[in-house]
Amino acid sequence: MGFVISAIVIGGGLLWILIRSLQGKDVDRRVVFTFIGITVCLAVLFQLKFGESATPIVKAAFDKIEQLPAGSKIVISYDFDPAMAPEVHPMANAFVRHALAKKHKIYFFSLWATGQSLLEVTVQDILKKEFPDARYGIDYCNMGYKAGNEGVLNVVITDIRKMYPGDVNGTPLDSLPMMADVKSLKDMDLLISIGGGKPGVKEWVLFAGDRGGIPTAGGAAAVSTPLLYPYYPRQLVGLLGGTKGAAEYESELIKRYPQFANIDTPALQMMGPQTMAHVVIVAFIIIGNVSYFRSRRKKVTNG
Amino acid sequence: MLKSQSGLAAAEDHAVRDAFLLTLAAFLTLSIYSFLYGDNPFYRFAEHLFVGISAAYWMCQGFWSTIVGNFIPRTLPSFAEYFQVPYKGFSWHYLIPVALGIILLMRLVPKLSWISRWPLAFIIGTTAGLNLPRYLQSDFIQQMNNTFISILPDWQGIGPFFSTLSLSAEGQLAMIATNLVIFVGVICGLIYFFFSKEHKGAFGVASRIGIWVLMVTFGASFGYTVMGRISLLVGRITFLFHDWLNIL
Repeated sequence: MGFVISAIVIGGGLLWILIRSLQGKDVDRRVVFTFIGITVCLAVLFQLKFGESATPIVKAAFDKIEQLPAGSKIVISYDFDPAMAPEVHPMANAFVRHALAKKHKIYFFSLWATGQSLLEVTVQDILKKEFPDARYGIDYCNMGYKAGNEGVLNVVITDIRKMYPGDVNGTPLDSLPMMADVKSLKDMDLLISIGGGKPGVKEWVLFAGDRGGIPTAGGAAAVSTPLLYPYYPRQLVGLLGGTKGAAEYESELIKRYPQFANIDTPALQMMGPQTMAHVVIVAFIIIGNVSYFRSRRKKVTNG
Repeated sequence: MLKSQSGLAAAEDHAVRDAFLLTLAAFLTLSIYSFLYGDNPFYRFAEHLFVGISAAYWMCQGFWSTIVGNFIPRTLPSFAEYFQVPYKGFSWHYLIPVALGIILLMRLVPKLSWISRWPLAFIIGTTAGLNLPRYLQSDFIQQMNNTFISILPDWQGIGPFFSTLSLSAEGQLAMIATNLVIFVGVICGLIYFFFSKEHKGAFGVASRIGIWVLMVTFGASFGYTVMGRISLLVGRITFLFHDWLNIL
């Protein structure tokens, strides 16, 4: 029903714009913004959803976590800020859920100061609510943020304790049981960076993954995803690109783990408005081209 | 009785505070989006607030994680005690980055701003020194290595090729097509940037294919950028409808 109402409203509006364009009237950019705004509002209000299935590049990241034996050490780095969060936070939450469901140990890092507080949201909303048995220092630990960008990676690839004398709360690393047999990143089984800026996935590949020979996966904001594709599959074992990648991962997680059937899936919910908005943008491109060719033909006809 | 009344009052205070913060966030969201109509004071206020708070937040996090986390435990026991961090013994070499950091702040003093060039030179030099070998190894050599791919991956003969003929990404046909696109795309893309020979004949055709490869790449990048911007819009509208107006 929601889809039909949205289609009528949006379709009617687009038809009106097409007629105006054919009459030779300009379409103000504010009309375009308003249309996209209305489209997204309708899709969010009616909670439109479309099916998603994991593409090979997302499935590869999923399968890598799946294939690791229980108790493997996984680094998840929160390298993003609130501006990127709607796209990449769902990925981070999905990775955390998956890793904990497989009984892996998670080492949280953050190369962005803002990532540390967003990590706290995951700890409160996912870890403590859905995995109350997960114990700090045994199943997961938070190393927190350190200034220094790729310089931080350059140090922790040889010795974590040189850069992190303690965890985010200042607790000495040696007092955390899960750090007992960890000297450097080379002791990790998988590195996952989630971000979209610098430092981010690329820096983790260059300064940690490649240098230490450690399998690396990534989740990136849509803007930076195309720049990371060349690293797949040899330097990145898998990559989640933007909301689409996050939605694919969420769908794969739900498919393989029935206990997550009723979890909050923000990325899957976001794909409805996303699809509708893209349809409107494509419609605007078509209208623009029709209008352009018509006006050019008129010019040619009028001599 | 008194305890439960004070608890209720505290809960009410929290509810009022949360409602105020949510409304403020909604106001700032709408202020930022008001730029789509045109530049205005609401947008400028929200923008300045965002930049100021971001800078302050990064500075505070940097201070507590790096200065307090790494430097203070290596100074004096009294300092470590004051900041409640375990003392790790005095290390004089930790004073070097602190001194460079203070010199960097001399930019704020016009007469002494020239001194700040020294730590800047150090930062640029070390960053370039750190990045050069990594970029050379992982971005240059390794990326070239990634391009050396077999056009016929895991060729199992003509029989299995047709029996597993499928358009799925795991299918042999799709893998061969992918590798061919990479091979032709890289060669033609490089030819487009080769200006020492006139782009005519077969060379010109390859150059034009190179342009198409570049156009497809830019188109994919633009598509992803659009997706990113729409995701942010969906995120803010979900916030307005769900968290602020509570109608979802």
